[in-house]
Order: sequence, then C-alpha cells, then structure tokens
Amino acid sequence: MSDTATPEQGAEVDDKSKRDFLFISTAAVGAVGTAFAAWPFIDQMNPAADTLALSTTEVDLKPIEEGQSITVVWRGKPVFIRHRTAKEIKDSENVKTADLIDPEADADRVQKPAWLVMVGICTHLGCIPKGNKPGEKKGDFGGWFCPCHGSHYDVSGRIRKGPAPKNLPVPSYSFLSDTNIKIG
Amino acid sequence: MDTNNMHPVMKWVEYRLPVFSFLDHSLGTQYPTPKNLNYWWNFGSLLGLVLVIMIASGISLAMHYTAHIDFAFNSVERIMRDVNYGWLIRYIHMNGGSMFFIAVYIHIFRGLYFGSYQAPREILWMIGIFILLAMMATAFMGYVLPWGQMSFWGATVITNLFSAIPVVGDSIVTLLWGGFSVDNPTLNRFFALHYLFPFVIVGLVVLHIWALHIHGSNNPTGIDVKNKEQDTVGFHPYFSVKDLFGMGVFLMFFMFFVFFAPNFFGEVDNYIPADPMVTPTHIVPEWYFLPYYAILRAFTGDFLVYQVISLGGFLMDAKLAGVLAMFASILLLLFMPWLDGAKVRSCRFRPIMAMAFWVFFLDCLVLGYIGGKPAEGIYVTIGQFTTFYYFFHLLVLVPLISRLERPKPLPESINASVLKAAE
Repeated sequence: MSDTATPEQGAEVDDKSKRDFLFISTAAVGAVGTAFAAWPFIDQMNPAADTLALSTTEVDLKPIEEGQSITVVWRGKPVFIRHRTAKEIKDSENVKTADLIDPEADADRVQKPAWLVMVGICTHLGCIPKGNKPGEKKGDFGGWFCPCHGSHYDVSGRIRKGPAPKNLPVPSYSFLSDTNIKIG
Repeated sequence: MDTNNMHPVMKWVEYRLPVFSFLDHSLGTQYPTPKNLNYWWNFGSLLGLVLVIMIASGISLAMHYTAHIDFAFNSVERIMRDVNYGWLIRYIHMNGGSMFFIAVYIHIFRGLYFGSYQAPREILWMIGIFILLAMMATAFMGYVLPWGQMSFWGATVITNLFSAIPVVGDSIVTLLWGGFSVDNPTLNRFFALHYLFPFVIVGLVVLHIWALHIHGSNNPTGIDVKNKEQDTVGFHPYFSVKDLFGMGVFLMFFMFFVFFAPNFFGEVDNYIPADPMVTPTHIVPEWYFLPYYAILRAFTGDFLVYQVISLGGFLMDAKLAGVLAMFASILLLLFMPWLDGAKVRSCRFRPIMAMAFWVFFLDCLVLGYIGGKPAEGIYVTIGQFTTFYYFFHLLVLVPLISRLERPKPLPESINASVLKAAE
C-alpha cells in the first residue's frame, strides 16, 4: 500500500472532472437503455403479425362491365375499381397535368388504362367519396365527390376542386392474369 | 388542530397519520379563503364532483362493456336494456361528459376574466390547461367506445389529423390505429386509455390543488390578501356550505338532462352501428369540440391567414396549417400569464380588457356554431373571420391592451371592497 497516493488529512482532492465524466456517462447509458426498453412498449401498438397477414386482397375483374365500378375491402378500407370507358380514358389523358392541384399524369396512375384501382378514401380527412355506385353524385369532374367537405375528383381519381390536398392514392397491386388482380 | 377534544379513536389515528389536521388545513377551518368569492368560484369544486361521478359511473359501465368491434355496440345496447339501472348509469356518464365541459369552460373563462393566471399562479393555470387537454383526449376516446357511426368516423377524421405531420405522419397514424384503418386494435387501445386517463387527470388535479393552496384562491377584485384576519374566512364552514349549495343546483341541471333529455347533446347517427364502408353525410364532433373543429376547417388554400403563415403555401399545406392552428388554439393559453402584461388582475378594473374579453367569449361561441355547420358558403367566411379573431385576440389585443390600458383605482383591500359593496 505504500505506493498508493494518500492525500494529506483534510486536503481537497481535485476529481471534479472525473466525477462529471462518471455522472454524464452513467446518465447517457441509462437514457439509451431506457429508450431500448421503451421500444417494445411503443412497437406493440403497430400492426400485429395477423393484421399484416391479412394485408392482401385478390379481385376477379371479369364481372365488371365497361363503365361500371365496384368497391372491394382491402386492409379494412374501401378500394374503388373502375372499368373505364374509352372516352373516360381519353378525357383523363387529355388533362394538362400542370393545371392540377396534385400534378400526376393519368398514365402514372394505371397499369392498364381500362382499369383504375385506387383507395376510396378522401385525402382530406378520410371520408369515403360518393360516385362509385350508379346514381350517386359524381362531382363537377365526373369522377367522385366527397360530401364531407366538398372535394371533387376526376375519372382518374385526381383532386380537382376542394380542400383535399392529394389525389386518391393508388395502392400497390399486380395483375395475376388479364382478369385477376392482387392488391397489396 | 386541537387534539384534546378529539374522539379517542380519531386521536389515535391523528397521532399516527395526521389526516384530520391535513383535511382541516386543506378544506377546513384552517384554509384561509378570500371572503369575497362569488359564484363563479364554485366551478372548481363542481369539476371535482363531476370527475368523481364520471369515474364511478365509468367503472360501472366497464363491468358490462365489451371492447370488440363485433360486440361493442350490442354490449352498450344491452347496458341500456338489460343491465339493472344500466340506462341510468350510461345516461349519467354520457351527459356527465357534457357537464364536465360546461363546467370547465366556465371555470376557464372565469380565470381569464379575473386574471387568475397571473403571477404567482402561472403553474396552477398551466396545470389546468393540461387537465383540459387530458379531458379532451379522454372524451374523444370515450366517444369511440359505443362503436356507432359517429364513433367510427369521428375516430377516423381525428386520427387522420396526424397524417398532416410531414414525413412521419402516416407512420404515426398506423401506430395509433394498430392496423391500416380504425379497427379492432384501435377500439381495444382506446378502451384501455379511456380507463387510464381519468386517473392521470386525478393526479393532475392533485397538483392543481396543491399549486392553488400555495397562494390560495384569486378573488373577484384580483388583489392580494393583505390582512388574513380581515380579508379571509375559513374554507369550512363558509365555502364548504356554499360549494354544497352550488352542487345541489348543478346536479338539478345535470339530472334534468339525464332524465328528460338524455340524448340532447348526442348525435342520432351514433345509434347506427359503425360501418367502415359508409360515411355519414355530415360528420360533426361532440359540441365541446366544435370551436376547434371550426378552426381546423377554416384553413383552406385561399384563407389569408394561411397564405401569410405558410409564406404563400411554401412552408406547409392547408391541412397541416389547420391542424397546427387547432392545437395552437389551446396551447397558446399556456402563455396567457406572459401575453397579459398588466399589473392588475381583474377585468373589473380594466374596462377595455373586459370588453375585449366579452368579444372573445362571443367569438368562441360563434366558432362553436360554425363548427356544427357544413363547410360551405357564408359559414366558411364567418369561420375564417372568427378563427382570425381568436388568434388576433390572444396574440395582439391581450398583449397590447394589457400594457396600454390605465386601470381604474383598486380598492384598498378585499375587506374594504366588501364593506363598500355592502353600503
């Protein structure tokens, strides 16, 4: 023990920087540890495995006539599928994209021009727009109309008038065959 | 507290846990209370009463409610038809929500008029605003539980507000939902949180009362207690009795709705089971959220205030601006103690501020009216003007008037003002 430095009785030991270091590093490790421990309790609120497993829907397009629309349920939300007429396709393609609220060409919104597939939820605050059933109000642009706060969508599902900021979103989907699609 | 006259059992307890002297100091003869408090000061204790009623009725309902999308609606109907006194307990809980907000809004406007938020009661006031926020969250989640059409679509619209947040918005919404839409996981967690939050509110109320008891109640003159003997009386029996009287009157008002107009504050659409494929044509929140809803909807692309704060649409879209404005409308109240620079608290001695207060009060009522109307035509214009005025009052009028207005002479003391009024 003879080579251990022992301060003289009553002398001040200058170890402030050592103590600060220990204090800050302990607090930092503690904070990081707490954050890691908190994550499972936050992530448990995210969609569970069985919820995710139900996240695709297959649709048979054969019974849908030209000019007709159907609504299918995908992830608990309505998806609009419209079999568009040649005139509707032409009208949609002829719109100048620069004039739109959310500029997007019709070609970018469809895989096959005859089939428009999109989530039928107004991008304003989540209402379901009217116009998918015959006899419903289709709005000023012949597509869909949201009655909640008055948003008008065209036959490409693009927002043309009203408070909604974005076009109706196109979900990821793929053609399994000419008349069969898988959404999700 | 004089322990010599106590019952031996009380004395035994008091020696080990001094509950009796604690109560005497917080609600009893030893809590000095300004003797000029008027009836606007009844609403604090009324709110405590409503909180207790809500917790008691809520726990009773939870014993019969099923938090599952296939059973929730029917379990509520079963409470109404089959459970003993279920109809009564549910109507008390349903209308209790409205009573809670009526009382809290009166309580807040009383604080605004008499300057109760001013030094040294800033923290007391801020805790109060947090209680309001917790109440709003609790009420919103409670409204979702019956799983009617308004429950579902209200939950959809309100949770979608968070999608306005840039970059992480959609992830937050998915996290809130626990799925890809408002669904069973959402209902489950809303029930869990709806059960938890009232106890959080109880905790906040304890802090609120603690902070209150440090400097005691403000009073209608807004001047400090100078002489404890002359200016104050013991809370018990003077204000305990007055509070009990107020509770009697308030309960008559409350029970009128419970027994004679139980659905007056409700929406008929909520008696239709939730249908995720059909949106009701006119979605409206509960009445106590209507002013905020009006502020939210006021922000459209052509609203001048939006154009200014977003630098012509450059900073954010109108949806995000509306969401921010809605939250700001409440959070701004946290800063009232600093927005108001006056040396005098009560509007009794600040006639110009009093006038501004009443215009602001009217503005809030109009906002509430507009929030319940469809967003079209003249309603949009009125909604945008009243939204503008709401912020104009808090951010411009209050700071300016409070610093420029010369207040009327103050009474010498609380006692002097009481004696003068009695002449």
